[in-house]
Amino acid sequence: MRPAMNSVVKIKKQRDWKRWTIHLFPIPALLIYGMFVVYPLFAALTYSFFDWKGIVRGDFVGLKNFKDLFTLEPFSGLFWNAFGHNILYFVLQMIFQNGLAFILAYIIYKKVKGSEFLKIAYFLPRLLSVIVVGFLWKLILNPNYGALNVILESLGLEHLQKAWLGDPDTALISIILVNCWYGIGFGVLIFLAGLQSIPKELFEAAKLDGANGLSMIRKIVLPLMVPSFMIMTVLTFIQSFEAFELVYAMQGSQGEPYHSTDTLAIYFYRLAFGGSAGGSTTAVGLGSALAVVLFIFISFFTALYLRYMQKKQVDM
Amino acid sequence: MNHTIWTRPFYYVFAFLIASISIYPILLMILSSFKTSAEIFTSPLSLPKTFSLDTYRNLLEMIPFTTYFMNSVFVSVVSVLLILITSSLAAFYIARFTFVWNNMIFFFFLMGMMLPIKLGIVPLFILMKDLNLLNSLWSLIFMYVATGIPLSILILTGFFRTMPRELEEAARIDGAGNLRILWNVVLPLMRPALGTVMIIQFIQSWNDFFFPLIFITDDLKKTIPVGMLSLFGEYSADWGALFAGLTLASLPMIVLFFIASKQFMEGLTQGAIK
Repeated sequence: MRPAMNSVVKIKKQRDWKRWTIHLFPIPALLIYGMFVVYPLFAALTYSFFDWKGIVRGDFVGLKNFKDLFTLEPFSGLFWNAFGHNILYFVLQMIFQNGLAFILAYIIYKKVKGSEFLKIAYFLPRLLSVIVVGFLWKLILNPNYGALNVILESLGLEHLQKAWLGDPDTALISIILVNCWYGIGFGVLIFLAGLQSIPKELFEAAKLDGANGLSMIRKIVLPLMVPSFMIMTVLTFIQSFEAFELVYAMQGSQGEPYHSTDTLAIYFYRLAFGGSAGGSTTAVGLGSALAVVLFIFISFFTALYLRYMQKKQVDM
Repeated sequence: MNHTIWTRPFYYVFAFLIASISIYPILLMILSSFKTSAEIFTSPLSLPKTFSLDTYRNLLEMIPFTTYFMNSVFVSVVSVLLILITSSLAAFYIARFTFVWNNMIFFFFLMGMMLPIKLGIVPLFILMKDLNLLNSLWSLIFMYVATGIPLSILILTGFFRTMPRELEEAARIDGAGNLRILWNVVLPLMRPALGTVMIIQFIQSWNDFFFPLIFITDDLKKTIPVGMLSLFGEYSADWGALFAGLTLASLPMIVLFFIASKQFMEGLTQGAIK
């Protein structure tokens, strides 16, 4: 009797200990994530209320940095200039990347021959590093030796040749279209997954009711694709307002030529790490204020996205 | 309705036209990498006259590409491993136990998926400086692990929740501890989800350019993407070498993609629609 009792107690003690250790499981993830994602974003918020000399914190100045950002030239001019570019970035990506991606996904969904090849082809650019994409296209768009102008010439379209990235009228649009080239395959896959989740019976029932292709798209496909559209819209939105790498690779940290390709993230980088107003002086306070504004702007839409995802989780 | 007979060829032409626009620049990059700069300038679109590897030899003399490559491999592999370990531990906790704070923890992690972390780069720079991690590959590893955790936890938690509990309970009755259950019973069944996480995070850390741009200035600590930046900064006239550099930078990912294209495409979309 006794030895058995003992071993029961022992097992129970062991179990209690084991039960307690389970709380260690999320700790490593919480620590790393808290330290390198959550903390820096909160710190950026507090930085915006201080005066900065280089990366040394000075006095508390309240909302002065925010006031300067929006009222003091050249800061406010540069802000609205870059903000407009971000908006254009978003709108053009919605049209040329997501619009096109939906059409292509629909074509693949309709089972054309070679759809597997098409998927791979659209997706291929997505594998490259954004910096590689930027540099590759910089070479292609080069006014003298770049492939695009050479192709235009061989097609007899010399009048369309341009210094694509040197001309303020075409530089930003060129970058955005390159971004669409990079991102379209991802959009195709998202929309395709959405299309494939529509029950086939719906189409058959609609066909029996005499619906034609276009009204099927309007009445069945579009309403059921709302989740996919929402995902792509939100992702595109966040990505457009964070646009940095591609612009940096193609036009440098000044948003050449003449700030015509400046985005808020590029402007933020200049304020934080130097190069604003041509010199190497940094303006960490102003940069942090810009980060906070951008953060609030983006997280408003982030909240929408998360709410939607949570709803989806509950539905499942 | 007969309009499909008319529109179908149009669809075809359109779809394949866009496909060629997607592929052609990459093909051009690879083909040009075998040409000398003079050949690129005189006939940019033609096939290379000879497939000589001279440009690649030049490139390896210009920049320490092997070092960049090894740095990239180290950073990506260690990051992915740490992400898999930390995220599966946390996701197991969130999905399998019902402590009152579990939903809060889950939401706390989810939040990170959409936080624009680049905006915290100034505090991060100061943090890395204080930790003595500037010019260390570990600064990059910590960043990729920290930014990779939210999405990975989301994917893994979703997967954990769909798995039956019977096996775990049987193991528990046999006296196995939580770590043993996770390692021996649960993780082997999780291979598809772990694979998804691996692919997403590997692409992410292999291709990232932003963090090494800020944290790394020592040439021997650079990863491939920032290595490209120095290549283009110093040798911008030698187009043969530039194309060779871009090709070498992209090749590993393209090769991996052709080995497992399905997993790549499914993995990346799953990350977004889960």
